[in-house]
Amino acid sequence: MTGFAAGGPVIPNFGGGASSYACERANRLFCGGWVSRNWSPVLWPALRQHIVLTLIAISIGFVLSMILALIAYRRGWVERPVLIVTSILYTIPSLALFELLEPTFGLTLTTAEIALVSYTLLILFRNTLTGLREVPAEVKDAARGMGMSPRQSLLRVELPLAAPAIIAGLRIAAVTVISLGTVASFIDDQGLGVPILTAISNGVFKTEIVVAGAMAVGLALIADGLLVILQRVLTPWTRAHR
Amino acid sequence: MSTANTAQPEGSSASRQAATLELRDVAKHYPGQRQPAIADLSFTVGAGEVCVLVGPSGSGKTTALRLINRMIEPSGGDILLGGESVLGREPHQLRRHIGYVIQQIGLFPHFTVAENIATVPRLLGWDKRRTAARVQELLELVGLDPDEIGPRYPAQLSGGQRQRIGVARALAADPPLMLMDEPFGAIDPITRTRLQDEFKRLQAQVQKTVVFVTHDIDEAIKMGDKIAILREGGHLAQYDSPAKILIDPADEFVAEFVGADRALKRLGLETLDEVKLLPPNGAVSSPTVTRSTSVRDALSAILADGGRPVTVVDESGKPAGTVTLELLGGLLR
Repeated sequence: MTGFAAGGPVIPNFGGGASSYACERANRLFCGGWVSRNWSPVLWPALRQHIVLTLIAISIGFVLSMILALIAYRRGWVERPVLIVTSILYTIPSLALFELLEPTFGLTLTTAEIALVSYTLLILFRNTLTGLREVPAEVKDAARGMGMSPRQSLLRVELPLAAPAIIAGLRIAAVTVISLGTVASFIDDQGLGVPILTAISNGVFKTEIVVAGAMAVGLALIADGLLVILQRVLTPWTRAHR
Repeated sequence: MSTANTAQPEGSSASRQAATLELRDVAKHYPGQRQPAIADLSFTVGAGEVCVLVGPSGSGKTTALRLINRMIEPSGGDILLGGESVLGREPHQLRRHIGYVIQQIGLFPHFTVAENIATVPRLLGWDKRRTAARVQELLELVGLDPDEIGPRYPAQLSGGQRQRIGVARALAADPPLMLMDEPFGAIDPITRTRLQDEFKRLQAQVQKTVVFVTHDIDEAIKMGDKIAILREGGHLAQYDSPAKILIDPADEFVAEFVGADRALKRLGLETLDEVKLLPPNGAVSSPTVTRSTSVRDALSAILADGGRPVTVVDESGKPAGTVTLELLGGLLR
């Protein structure tokens, strides 16, 4: 292996003859060859891990906030303490939160997920509760007057009518988790943060940062798009006008 | 009274009998309030009758209505529907057998019109075919095209259409009793008159027992077989037919509430059909009236024409009689 000029970026060992990696050596913004060679061993696994990381965080966050919001919907006093706790969680800088959790849970997926879930709670809880509370009083009165039990009214009327607000919350939460998920790679060594961290430790290898970063952005956009489609499918009435 | 799921023929709107409603010393006290909201309210509405609860704000008329289907729990007394106490039944089960219409209508915005009307049949576990047939029938009954309106969402309807759907939804499971809380209150005056007329026609067809709340004495006179006038604190000031209340108000409060024009209002209750007309006098007035014109409107026509006699014409437009100021004035004595 030949050495590099002093002061230049420390390029990872690409293997093979020097002439094949001119782009990498020059550390250009985008080297197509590197991407195609590293897609299967590095980028695709990182993307897959990132999707799993996000899905776990959103699912757990959704279930927890749903439960909390339903309790607060029935018992108003629950709202304040939940808001205070979730707001504090939301405000702690992500790196600090990872540090706080690390002594207990170690450098594991659990630590990463706890942190990611805690960022979804405030948004999902507040949106769900607001959505439920904005169901018009006369609609709830009619549901009760028609003979729906409280449970039937909740499942057939109140929750469906809160769906647009809940999905709006999910969109914000998904984008937040996907972006914070790259930071979580510090902890659990998974996801799109991994190639980014590698690239930084290798003297800021541009192609890897650009590609992994773009994948994170693309994933966020796709997740958001899917949730928009979900909303259109689940709430056709919101687009009905005279 | 038959129960909900017996094998009655699909479709027929008046298949189920109306039920008698009896309130016995019904009271509602809210904790922390010295005055009761409703004090010892007693009256009976015959099967198939429309009883209008009317009174100024604070008279507890909506509270009284909501006590009947236990949206509000009474603190005393009893309410009998078809001879059976409503207090012995599970509230949400009870409500599935009582039609409920409110001023804000409260259609479910995420349900189509057809799904809105199918709400109670679904709660009662009707099968799809029976429900669909009933929805179709009810939309026709309230004068809306099932194929056009059924698949729409409430946001796509006019105020008048929404109100008709509200009534259709309340009638869906053919309940023996309908509760209507200012059902036409939020509608413009022209549509309102039309909806009132439509409901009267509908009621003649389905013959439900109806309790109808309004603050408008004219609406009460128009819609009611009986009127219950409530005063502050939920006291029943008078319970009688509209004509009786207009002729013979029980006290100052009622007289003031029905208004100084109560004599004219009474004339609004009668049509020329009930009047012995004078024979046609040869001349034909302009405008003319018909036998279905109210006495009040005939009087107005005479006055508008400078007090001259007005010709009554039959369906074909031929003179059938004459009314004069003296003739109609005589009705008031």
